[in-house]
Amino acid sequence: MSQKIYVTGIGIISAIGDNVEQTLDSLTRGKTGIGELELIDTIHKTRIKVGEVKHTNEELIKRVGLPADTKITRTSLLGMIAAKEAMVWAGIKDTNDFRTGIVSATSVGGMAITENNFNDYLNVEKTGDFLDYILTHDCGDSTEVMAKYLHIKDYVSTISTACSSSANSIMLGARLIKNNMVDRVVVGGSDSLSKFTINGFMTLMILDKEQCKPFDKDRKGLNLGEGAGFIVLESERAAAGKEILCELTGYGNSNDAYHQTASSPTGDGAFLAIEKALRLSGLKPKDIDYINAHGTGTEVNDLSEGTAIHRIFGDAVPMISSTKAFTGHTLGACGGIEAVLSVLAIKYNLVFPSLNFTNQMNELKFRPSTVLETEHPINHVLSNSFGFGGNSSALIFSRH
Amino acid sequence: MVAYIKGIGIVSPQKTFNTKTFLTEIVEHTTNSLRCIEPYYPEFINPVLARRMSRTIKMGIAAAMVSLRDAKVEMPDAIITGTALGCWEDTEKFLVAMIENSEQLLTPTAFMQSTHNTVSSQIALLLKCMNYNFTYVNKGFSFESAVLDAMMMLGDSDAKNILVGAHDEMTEKYFNITKRVGFWKEEAVATSDVLRSTTNGSVSGEGAAFFVLGKEKGEDDYAQLRSLKMIFEPESEYEVEEKINELLSENGLKCADIDVVVYGKSGDVRYDKIYNHLEDALFKNSASVSFKPLCGEYQTSSSFALWEAAMMLKTQTIPTAIQVNKQPKSEIKNVLIYNHFMNTYHTAFLLSQC
Repeated sequence: MSQKIYVTGIGIISAIGDNVEQTLDSLTRGKTGIGELELIDTIHKTRIKVGEVKHTNEELIKRVGLPADTKITRTSLLGMIAAKEAMVWAGIKDTNDFRTGIVSATSVGGMAITENNFNDYLNVEKTGDFLDYILTHDCGDSTEVMAKYLHIKDYVSTISTACSSSANSIMLGARLIKNNMVDRVVVGGSDSLSKFTINGFMTLMILDKEQCKPFDKDRKGLNLGEGAGFIVLESERAAAGKEILCELTGYGNSNDAYHQTASSPTGDGAFLAIEKALRLSGLKPKDIDYINAHGTGTEVNDLSEGTAIHRIFGDAVPMISSTKAFTGHTLGACGGIEAVLSVLAIKYNLVFPSLNFTNQMNELKFRPSTVLETEHPINHVLSNSFGFGGNSSALIFSRH
Repeated sequence: MVAYIKGIGIVSPQKTFNTKTFLTEIVEHTTNSLRCIEPYYPEFINPVLARRMSRTIKMGIAAAMVSLRDAKVEMPDAIITGTALGCWEDTEKFLVAMIENSEQLLTPTAFMQSTHNTVSSQIALLLKCMNYNFTYVNKGFSFESAVLDAMMMLGDSDAKNILVGAHDEMTEKYFNITKRVGFWKEEAVATSDVLRSTTNGSVSGEGAAFFVLGKEKGEDDYAQLRSLKMIFEPESEYEVEEKINELLSENGLKCADIDVVVYGKSGDVRYDKIYNHLEDALFKNSASVSFKPLCGEYQTSSSFALWEAAMMLKTQTIPTAIQVNKQPKSEIKNVLIYNHFMNTYHTAFLLSQC
């Protein structure tokens, strides 16, 4: 059983860019993607700020080169764009030369279309080709669409563990390679904004009306976002001769087992996930150079995560930031998006700033980095993702 | 990695829950949409909590708790669930309220419980289980992905006992919606007549089934689960045959070694052909049994088939209600499950006697 897990490709689309290059540009210039909601018709439009990808579905369909009348969800389209970029980056032209899989993740799947068509679906008087959207609702649909687009067939699966979904797809991808099920696998996640999620988070009263302020004493909640992030994982054999961006050296999954939607104040789930990831990587806490935090900007998450981080790192907390104030919280996609950012942090020795931070939380001793750090070698990055239902995941990326 | 089935809990449209009997009494339904017979919940879930839970959450939890008790396992080393639609009833409830009230006056409960990982999470919460927790949502491969993960984990970690299961529920609205894409029969069919049906579509079903899969062989195990394969949109019957032969030869078996084949025949004249073909081409001498007349068609229905296969191996009996042919078998050593959902997601499971 192998072995090392190499990252050979990255792809991303979010509110801060349509690809890796634009994303890196926004990150280094401190340019947020959070702003007004434009493409979804909701009564909450003026009450929230979101990280929206400013392209209509029609524009995205054109970009992936499909016929204009294709019945496809935004979740699929975002995923196709990011996954394709990751494949191109990894130089994969033929998916038959090695056993290739795809594991994607999403929290709402095709909900953005279902919510608009639902009454028409139920109205038997009304017929038309909109009925072709019915089967695009299921979460698994977007992965299947991506798999067909990318000609991947050796392993196709979808994970939905709320906001930790795509960190889990990355973890599963690594295990599939280690278990010799595939030689390489495209892993990550995709989620589109929907009225359903906007209203859901409104009822939970955890949306900030302004730009979110992760780890700030006066944080008011999160900003929802949308997008997709994928990375290509390859076995040593499949990656031979390629540029290795970094290695995935650690991953851990745990459940907080505290509450359906809230994290425990002691951060037990987060603590266990990070501990497992460290153990697997063989690294010590002091080896971590940068933590890309889950850092949603909610009262509960940032306290729980911060507490867990102190439990692992004591007072010697490495440089840490949350990039949610750039992208918004992209739910099922955030683990994939932040994996891409973690890879970039290693490749260019960067720590991205935590935007909008002013006042330190009383309960925590660390302050997130608020400026772009470029002077420190970044060899090991910890990326956290936590979700509803207590699902907690941690990934560690290391310089090759 | 071979996994030993140590405990089972299953809620279905038949009397399968918390019983050692094996389809001795069949509930004859006449419908095109089967609903589960729900357990008496207070034994498993605090009634105060249960009041806020949807059917699939309650059925999932009850099935999980019974499987753990059956296996005499208090704390599983992982909880892995497969579900195509997740908590659809809660999703629908929040969606309908949002549409009807024009996004106003909404309450959070249904939204909070609508995420696909709710059942896995609620089980973890009830058990205070902080171990690995995963939910697969991959249409007709949801349960298979979960089982595959569990089998992988028994091999690549210290995990000894893993709780793995599936749950999906049907609502009236979702039935009507998916009927429009041709999934379901227009007419009601009696349970005992399903396989004689001559029309398009299946009888819809639902269920919740959990299994404790263990690494080590024990005295009371039901069966050993040896292997499983997923075939996405096979191009021909030949491809299916090839994949089945591959699965068998990887396990040192031939078609003739398979004593019983559990087929996913659903009474949909469009899609049952492949089963009839396999019966003739590969498994002429094996006993044929069915399961979908009892549980209906749904994307994680192979979990019901896995229960049936495990029970046949453990009890060495084939209940009359599921016999498709009368091929007598003095001993049941190897069982193959072959199932597909809407001719898109084809799966095969191989089980053997312990």
